[in-house]
Amino acid sequence: MQKQAIFQSRLLPYALVAPQLAIVLLFFYWPALQAVIQSFLLQDAFGLSTSFVWFENYLDLFREPAYFEAILRTFFFSFAIAVSSLSFALLLAVMADKPLRGSMLYRTLLIWPYAVAPPVVGVLWIFMLHPSLGIIARYLRAIGVDWNPLLDGDQAATLIILAAAWKQISYNFLFFLAGLQSIPRSVLEAAAIDGARPMRRFWTVTFPLLSPTIFFLLVVNIVYAFFDTFGIIDTMTRGGPGKSTETLVYKVYSDGLLGGNLGSSAAQSVILMVMVIVLTGIQFRFVERKVTY
Amino acid sequence: MVEEEGFRRYVAHIILWIGIAIVAFPVYIAFVASTQDNALIANGQMSLLPGGHFFETYYQTIFVGTSGSTREPVGNMMLNSLVMALLIAVGKIAISIISAYAIAYFRFPFRMPIFWIIFITLMLPVEVRIYPTYKIVADLHMLDSYAGLALPLIASATATLLFRQFFMTVPDELLEASRIDGAGPLRFFWDTLLPLSRTNMAALFVILFILGWNQYLWPLLITTRDDMQTIQVGIRKMITTTDALTEWPIVMATAMLAMLPPVFVVVVMQKLFVRGLVETEK
Repeated sequence: MQKQAIFQSRLLPYALVAPQLAIVLLFFYWPALQAVIQSFLLQDAFGLSTSFVWFENYLDLFREPAYFEAILRTFFFSFAIAVSSLSFALLLAVMADKPLRGSMLYRTLLIWPYAVAPPVVGVLWIFMLHPSLGIIARYLRAIGVDWNPLLDGDQAATLIILAAAWKQISYNFLFFLAGLQSIPRSVLEAAAIDGARPMRRFWTVTFPLLSPTIFFLLVVNIVYAFFDTFGIIDTMTRGGPGKSTETLVYKVYSDGLLGGNLGSSAAQSVILMVMVIVLTGIQFRFVERKVTY
Repeated sequence: MVEEEGFRRYVAHIILWIGIAIVAFPVYIAFVASTQDNALIANGQMSLLPGGHFFETYYQTIFVGTSGSTREPVGNMMLNSLVMALLIAVGKIAISIISAYAIAYFRFPFRMPIFWIIFITLMLPVEVRIYPTYKIVADLHMLDSYAGLALPLIASATATLLFRQFFMTVPDELLEASRIDGAGPLRFFWDTLLPLSRTNMAALFVILFILGWNQYLWPLLITTRDDMQTIQVGIRKMITTTDALTEWPIVMATAMLAMLPPVFVVVVMQKLFVRGLVETEK
């Protein structure tokens, strides 16, 4: 797409793109390049000398079982967060899509968690489920669950997934609602006249028509689970107990900042970057398709 | 719909209220905790009804801070967060709209490469280039400054794309008309294009303000001084690992205060927010 009416100017357009370009080059490309270079370097324990080691950092990573565990864990978290949050949000959106009295109010009461910051989400949930003072933990113990997410890795992971999924409900709800409202009523009415009951109508008409939205949200949720859960994890468990809640992004942070292992941290960053590129690519393929519909 | 009467409608209302209850419960508990006595909470005897310490706790939170982990008053942290969020939102809109203008309304060498250079940044989230970016900001002596908090986050590929998309829908006649009136490119931008973009800018502002206010990893890395802390970083520092020292009512009051501005923006600007959200995703 090109505009027909344009301005002629030699220098002005450069001046207009200059601020954006300067920031992008200085804070995006230069550091990304540094990360790539750093990932090929090995620093001795005292940071006195560095040597070029080709793919040594990468090979070390893949030899390290902890890294594989972090990959698996990250994918498991993403999957669990996306599925639980998407299904609950879809249920709510289908209900809110019905012509109900007060649907605007419902909408307002459901969308605000979008605005809550991940660390605050973490604080809210750790408080409710804190083993010694949490109000829900109290009831869990009352029914005989040995609840202590500060010591039990699986329970800590459950806690992270719950909190992260909770925050994402509102976002998914909004997109599902928009998707549902774009489905022509006439199609559903035709199915109803043909004698399809509501459940059947949902699975044979609504759900397939909603599938582009579902796929889009799946990708967005995975990206969210990869990156935006950092704040939740850092406030709730700091990757522990053990390494049971350490995701890939958290590992970049803890290996680099806390462990001082810059080469490995940089190699992990580069791998993550490749993953983001793939995910963004998928997202755009999808968006382009949606535009040409 | 044909059979959408009676019973099914009640079920829908009930499910929605259950959903709202699940979504609101953690915040209710946080509010209740912020009004109760610390000793009571520490003993695990918190009740489900608000206590009588509301004014006391919030006064201490905003003006004094905790007595242990971080002594900074939360009022100051909120100010830092506010400055950061405003700088990010305004900065992103400003530099995106002018670069979108250049790309849409001018033909110049390297136009498309520049567009792609901006576009590809979508794939470089701050989390993956964190240390080198930190190093650059340190080398530029911008640690513990508002510039350091905002500048590295200010570029925006999505906003640029959005404005470019919008400019494409602006009729060419407008430009012809203002050219006949003797307006140059800057005049046209200022007098015609900016007023037309108002609703787009407002919708984007809502989203970007929340994005800025909720930043965590970046301020965590580059602020070392307590008085430069944002509220998101401050709240994390308040939860000390030894439980006995955590002043939960203050932590929960801080959580409530940290939620207030972005949630307020979402609820009040609902229409704009939804518009901005759906548009930025496209």
